[in-house]
This record gives sequence, structure tokens and C-alpha cells, in this order.
Amino acid sequence: MIDNKLLKGDMRVLDMIASMPEIPVGSAFNIRKNGDKAARSVTENIDIRTKEDGSGIDIIVKAGTKGEKAYIPVLLTESGLDETVANDFIIGDGAEVEIIAGCGICNSGSCGSSHSGVHTFKIGKGCRVKYVEKHYGEGDAGTVMNPTTVIMVGEDSVFDMESSQIRGISSTKRNTVAYLAAGARMNVSERLVTHGTQDAKSDMEVYLNGKDSSLQIVSRSVAQDSSSQMFHPKAIGNTACSAHIQCDAIIMDTASVGSIPEIQANSAEASIIHEAAIGRINNEQLLKLQTLGLTAEEAEAVIIEGFLS
Amino acid sequence: MLKFENVCFTVPDTGAEIIKDLSLEVKDGEILVVTGPNGGGKSTLARLAMGIITPTSGKILLEGQDISTLDITERARLGVGYAFQAPARFKGLTVRRLLTLAAGGEISDSDCCKYLSRVGLCAADYLDRALDATLSGGELKRIEVASLMVRQLKVAIYDEPEAGIDIWSFNMLVNAFSTLGKEKSGALMIISHQERVMQTADRIAVVAEGKLRDIGAKGDILPKLTDIFQRECIKKQPK
Repeated sequence: MIDNKLLKGDMRVLDMIASMPEIPVGSAFNIRKNGDKAARSVTENIDIRTKEDGSGIDIIVKAGTKGEKAYIPVLLTESGLDETVANDFIIGDGAEVEIIAGCGICNSGSCGSSHSGVHTFKIGKGCRVKYVEKHYGEGDAGTVMNPTTVIMVGEDSVFDMESSQIRGISSTKRNTVAYLAAGARMNVSERLVTHGTQDAKSDMEVYLNGKDSSLQIVSRSVAQDSSSQMFHPKAIGNTACSAHIQCDAIIMDTASVGSIPEIQANSAEASIIHEAAIGRINNEQLLKLQTLGLTAEEAEAVIIEGFLS
Repeated sequence: MLKFENVCFTVPDTGAEIIKDLSLEVKDGEILVVTGPNGGGKSTLARLAMGIITPTSGKILLEGQDISTLDITERARLGVGYAFQAPARFKGLTVRRLLTLAAGGEISDSDCCKYLSRVGLCAADYLDRALDATLSGGELKRIEVASLMVRQLKVAIYDEPEAGIDIWSFNMLVNAFSTLGKEKSGALMIISHQERVMQTADRIAVVAEGKLRDIGAKGDILPKLTDIFQRECIKKQPK
């Protein structure tokens, strides 16, 4: 069902946060705008239902589904909105699916707007799930996003998570918790840019509970102006498993970046590595690009673009 | 044509004199190999030409224009290029992106292939790879050399291009310099200790202790090199 709540400007933001320049045909989607359902479509394999208590939606993917996408973007275009949404994703055994869930706040009013989304994934056995989440804000009145993601990755399933905060979010507190069953794999790619006086915090806890489960987290961030960032990824290995966490940050101007590495092995067969690096843009990199004819500012932009790619 | 005129360079912090009243010319269409003992000032000369450091006194001229006070970007846009001895690594920046930036615009895969092949690399294996720690020092160095060959330059400066390159790729590199020499598209200044690289030269300059010790045709300088180096070593021995 599509109603007339979506404007041309909304499609521009939807393209930025969910790579959907137009309403997709043949894919499941649910577009939420200013606290209401603006558009929804389901397919034979992917059903989307409003929860009975109205707190959010359930996205149900049939077992054996192959190569389908589901778009679950959220738009806030009114000033002074403060909403919390709980969405559950139930993925049947053997399903291969991509879920795109961005959030865009365009707040041109005088009051701040905030969105707190709780996404819970219950992933069956032998699944392959890609979860893409982009956050973007514009406006001067303050935009707050506090996403919580809880993931239960079933046996021999793969969960790829790509999260990025593009620009314009005044404050974010990201909380991710995952539980990995035997043979499950989770790959997390996190990209974050903060500027102005923005503040971003990312807590992540991954429990590797099943034999031969594995985790990779690659976090890259750029902190500009006087913004601040804090990362706290934690891997807990409870059995024979492997985990690799890599946090890299470029710090600029008068920004501040913190990284708290925490790894916990509760089995002699757990192998867990954490790497963290924070530094300014390397002078040798700038020099190299300047010798190709780029100005210092152009060189800086190229380095950041590559770093976040 | 690139000309150093009575160039001096003193390190601001330590006062150490690295280049002492040095004059040297790299002519259009020629390959000038600059050689000499380690620490003699060869790389400093290259960095002065590129504008990474500025002469304490003296002038650097490009086709008669004084470029001594221009910054790196301005010199690059005028047609000066420099392949670093120890190239920088970049997280996320791909070989394709670097070659595109070097070319100053879109570059076809076949052109990328042409230049990467010259340094012994297969484009299909490398174009989408990042210039990060997953590349060996030798691979990175060869990409650095290719990134200079892509450019249309008035003066191309290669700082020890052979360093860290295996023997097979080295042969290709020497052939690439020979080809560039025949094309005579600009002036080439190559800092090198390798006799086979020197064999590609039209002229050889010997720089030691910040001074030009000798310069001349390859055939004149090469037979004298052993004697020159021995004299430099004797000078440095404690008396």
C-alpha cells in the first residue's frame, strides 16, 4: 500500500539512507514517516505486519527465501518529534536476504527531533543476512538517533552488518548486542563521520557461544571540528571461536576520539584480537597527493573518502 | 628543463648543511642519473625540486621560470613529478583511484594495464586493491613508479626506484626507463645506485657531501665511479 504522504524531498533522503531513489517494485518495504506508516509492500516470501501493541513492525522472512531485499527506512521531517520503535526480524532457515534500514531526520524547525529504534533479529540456521543501516540528519535544531540492534545468529548462518552515519546527527548512542551459535559468522563494518559539536558513542557486545563461531568488526571513523566519539567493542569468546576487532579513527581539528578495547576469553580455544589506532592524517599521504597536483584540502578529502570507503 | 642554481639547504632545526652551493641541470629529453654515497644529499635534491622543502639560498628553475618559492601543488601542476623512495600507504585508496588522480582524470583499464605492466604488475590483480599494509614493500614501490609514468610531465624524478624491487621486476623497470628515454617526452632525473639503471642514462651526476662531485656523459663517468667512491670513503675515515 502506498499513500500520498511521501514528497519529492522525502525520496531524496530515502535515496541517501536506503539507496531507494524511487519506490521499489517487487521488493518488500515499509516506510515510516513522522511516526506513521507512509508506505508498505509485502512479497510472497517477506511479510511485514504491524505489532498488535503498535510499538513497531514484524518482518518475517520465509525459510528458503533467496536473493530478496526488504527496505525499512524511517523519516522524520517534523520538528520536535521523539519516537521509539521496536522492529523484529524473523528469518527462516536457509534464507538469503538483504535488509536496508536507514533513518533520516530533516529538522528545519526550532525543536530537536529524536529516533530510537530497537531492531531484533532472530536468524535461523544456514541463513545469509545482510543488514545495511545508514543514518543522516539535516537542520540546526538538533537530531538525535539512538539505535539498538540485538542479533541472534543461528547455526552456520552469516550476518553481515554495514552501519554508517553519514552526516548531520547531533548525538548518537549506538548499542549492538549479538549472540553467535555454532558455526555462525558475523561481519560488522562501521563507518562514522562527526563534525561540529556532534557526539557519538558506540557500544558493541558480541557473545561467541557456539563452537567455531567467528566475528570480524572493522570500524573506521573521522572526527572533525570539535566533535567527539567513543567506541567500546567487546568480544566474549565462550568456546572454540575466533574474533578480530579493528578500530581506526582519523582525528582532526580539536575533536576527541576514545576507543576502549575489551576482549574476554572464557575458553582456551578462543582466539580474540583487538586492534585500535587513532591518529591525524598522515603527512606522507598528503605530500604524495599534493605531488599529483591536489591542494592540501583536496588531498585531505581524497584520504578521508578512501578511508571510509 | 630543470635547473638548480647555487642551491644551498640547511636543516632549520639542526643547522646541518645538506646541500652546499650546488648547480645542476636536467635537460629536456635526457635521462640524468644522480648517484653517490648514502647521505650525500641526493634525495634532498629531489625534495627541493618537488617543493617538499625550500632552498636556504639559490634558485630552482623550470624552463627558465623560478619555481623556488612555489608550493608542491603548484610545481606538480607545472609538470614536476616525484616518485618517493618510501611511498605512503593509504587505507581504502585503491590503485585505480591513485592512477586516476595521477592521470588528472579518467584513465582506461587498458592504459592502467600498460603502465602497471611496465613495472611488472598485472592490472587485473591490482586495480581494485587498496594501497594498504596488504601490499608488500616491493609492490607498493612499483605502483609508486607507475603512478609517475602515467603523468605527462616536464620533469619526472624517481628516487631510488629499484629499492625493494625483485630482480625480475627490476629488469622490466630498467626496460621501462629505456623506453621513456627513447620517447624523450620530458626530462628524467633518476636517483640510483644500480649500474644497470645508470646504463639507461644519457648523463650521470655524482653528488656527495652535498656537492656535485662530477657530471658528464655516461661513458665518461661510469668507469670513474669506483675511484670517486673510494676517494669519498677515504675522506670520511678518521685521521
